[in-house]
Amino acid sequence: MNDCVSVFLTGVGGQGILLASEIISNAAMLSGFDVKTNEVHGMAQRGGTVTALVRYGPKVYSPLICEGNARVLCAFEMAEAIRAAHYLAPGGLAVVNQYRIIPVTVSSGSAVYPENIKETLRKCFPRLCYFDATQKAIEAGTEKAANVVLLGATSVGLDLPEETWLEAIRKTVKPKFLEVNLKAFAAGRAAAQS
Amino acid sequence: MKELLSGNEAIARGVYEAGVRVAVGYPGTPSTEILENVEQYKEHVYCEWSPNEKVAFEVAAGACLTGARSIVTMKHVGLNVAADPLMTLTYVGAVGGIVAIVADDPGMHSSQNEQDSRQYARFAKIPLLEPSDSEEARDFLVAGMDISEKFKTPVILRTTTRISHSRSLVELHERVEHTPQGFKKDPPRFVPIPAWARPMRVRVEERLRAMIPEVSASALNRIEWANKDLGIIACGVAYQYVKEVFPEASVLKLGWPYPYPDDLIRQFAAGVKRLLVVEELDDFLEEHIKALGIACDGKNFVPNIGELSPMALRRIRAKMEGKELPQVLPVEEASKLPPRPPVLCPSCPHRAVFSALGKFDVVVTGDIGCYSLGVAAPLNRMDTILCMGAGISMAHGMKIAGEKKRVVGIVGDSTFFHSGITALLDIGYNKSAPVIIILDNRVTAMTGHQDNPGSGLTLMGEPTHEASIEEFARACGIKRVFTVDPLKYDAFIELLKNSFETPEPTVIISRSPCIVHDHSGLKPALKVDPDVCRTCKLCLKIGCPALEFTEGHVRINNLLCGGCSLCGQICPFDAIS
Ligand SMILES: Cc1ncc(C[n+]2csc(CCOP(=O)(O)OP(=O)(O)O)c2C)c(N)n1
Ligand code: SF4
Ligand code: SF4
Repeated sequence: MNDCVSVFLTGVGGQGILLASEIISNAAMLSGFDVKTNEVHGMAQRGGTVTALVRYGPKVYSPLICEGNARVLCAFEMAEAIRAAHYLAPGGLAVVNQYRIIPVTVSSGSAVYPENIKETLRKCFPRLCYFDATQKAIEAGTEKAANVVLLGATSVGLDLPEETWLEAIRKTVKPKFLEVNLKAFAAGRAAAQS
Repeated sequence: MKELLSGNEAIARGVYEAGVRVAVGYPGTPSTEILENVEQYKEHVYCEWSPNEKVAFEVAAGACLTGARSIVTMKHVGLNVAADPLMTLTYVGAVGGIVAIVADDPGMHSSQNEQDSRQYARFAKIPLLEPSDSEEARDFLVAGMDISEKFKTPVILRTTTRISHSRSLVELHERVEHTPQGFKKDPPRFVPIPAWARPMRVRVEERLRAMIPEVSASALNRIEWANKDLGIIACGVAYQYVKEVFPEASVLKLGWPYPYPDDLIRQFAAGVKRLLVVEELDDFLEEHIKALGIACDGKNFVPNIGELSPMALRRIRAKMEGKELPQVLPVEEASKLPPRPPVLCPSCPHRAVFSALGKFDVVVTGDIGCYSLGVAAPLNRMDTILCMGAGISMAHGMKIAGEKKRVVGIVGDSTFFHSGITALLDIGYNKSAPVIIILDNRVTAMTGHQDNPGSGLTLMGEPTHEASIEEFARACGIKRVFTVDPLKYDAFIELLKNSFETPEPTVIISRSPCIVHDHSGLKPALKVDPDVCRTCKLCLKIGCPALEFTEGHVRINNLLCGGCSLCGQICPFDAIS
């Protein structure tokens, strides 16, 4: 899929995936790239899996990608990382939040949540960045910024200048929450670089 | 200035820029955000949610006859509801521009079918425009207005989920005002009684013929010459996938595919060695191209079920080239993951209704809305779904067919106003006796919480009369009308029992606001007392996402629980409070 960079975000409704996708698109736009995104709406929400895709490059045609094409896979929930693993390109970076959301199929007893998921993640993703984003968000000032922590880690796998990321965050989040979000972003970036 | 807009936001922008005066519609994924975004221009554009698509279409038609530019938005199945006014407005024709925006959902991400609404353009003999990104979505709305006024015809602008919900860059322009002239009386033009409808019928065909040269010459259709071994005809989002997967091929991109641009198609076909038609769903173009006597590939390679994708096109390419494409499958561990289907939210009032119905051996004819999720495990309490309004009418049909079990029909408030009223009128008129439950959560929740005729607010944010479901029910001839809160669980079950024992039609209005829309009902999270809980797991049968069973204990996730207390009322040991 030519010279375009693709980022695949996945998680569960209500985790702030769409905001994260907006910040990535803004960062790419500010870097002078053509951008396309795609999101799931409607019946796909209500506690179901939510995915978003951002693509950027000199010229982007398709808003969707082929399997095996995402440069970064960013999963806000552990099981969802595995469900979307086949979208990651060989050698791509997987950012996985150490966070579990139990689906109703599990609590009602018709399915089980995988055990020792950490091992499975290691197996699926040679380049894995796995940490508790909620914890880091709380340290930054609010657990609501977990999405921006994950975004910070994601940015490490992309080639956009740091300044455009900060600019994109300034452009996207409300001024009131800017400070925490910048801190959260830095924390995520540090986590992926260590 | 360029902005990153979704297809729906871009259409809304086009509505503003094209000088549209009246924008109406009924919500439906993936079309909903068009009107939601028009609302920001309400100083220039009147906008409203109509009760259903037929009404919306007629409102837009009325506006158009005064010379005002108007649009009407709907999802694909909405056009079935609006087909009646569509099929005759094509005769009457347009004065001010009128564009019907219809959003198809190939792949059925959030729909009950995946019809190809392009067929309606051919059926109604009117122009069809199909954008392939957000910039085109805006441009085509504006172009559609011009075409509509030039040829005095309604125009269909068709999007799909991937156009409506993908974002891409759009250059913004200023609004150009179009001031309506006012209605000018002209009965032979506006009144299709048979004597006048017959000449109108002739004009429909003449108009179509007059458009054909224009379509072939239009900038909305273009040939992108490249390697001539393979030429591809594509429209909509499929064009983008083609550019991605067949970068070397020549492409005929059709943004205005109907009436068919025959000259352009012939010219393109003559210039390439092999011709392939790539279109989502039906063989709308291919069938016609073959009828022109032009040989082409199409549905012999391109599936007519579901949506296309770059991956699907890579498979098509490999098949055409006789190659094997290594399949990239989900990792093996993915097959062992627990499914994560959509569910009713924690504290959703609908849950109590389905949980209560689980106690009775009845047939439940259901309908479309958040409450459709009542069909899924562990609630399993909906037996049929057809289309909006059918939850009531099918209950009546089962009754008069002599169904032995008690029949319960279920619709939501928005669905009731959309097309449940006439169905209830049928029950009153023709005297059958189902139990009808109207789930009045005060909002059109499924499509993202739009106001409706019962909620007391217009799309433009003005307070308005709240339509009374009780009064409608009585006016339809129903004597047993009850309004209850289903979260008063025992009383609700008692009412159901009592209604099932009565040989009269009953309407139960289950009134409890959607907790996601109206937070006023939120209460502190409940807790399970581990010393009292006997892990009977009865509470897990209501499928609340806040209830978890981990390490042998039932727990309530206090981040998710909204304190509705349903689980507490179900627990036989009073372990939850
Ligand atoms: C003809 C038609 N128009 C629109 C839709 C999209 N749609 C599905 S459910 C729904 C409304 C549901 O609202 P309501 O009945 O109040 O139930 P709630 O989701 O609030 O529970 C709409 C508009 C549709 N399926 N069919
Ligand atoms: S959005 Fe409202 S109506 Fe829909 S499932 Fe959630 S609480 Fe229920
Ligand atoms: S856990 Fe119980 S009280 Fe809380 S939202 Fe679910 S059913 Fe309601």
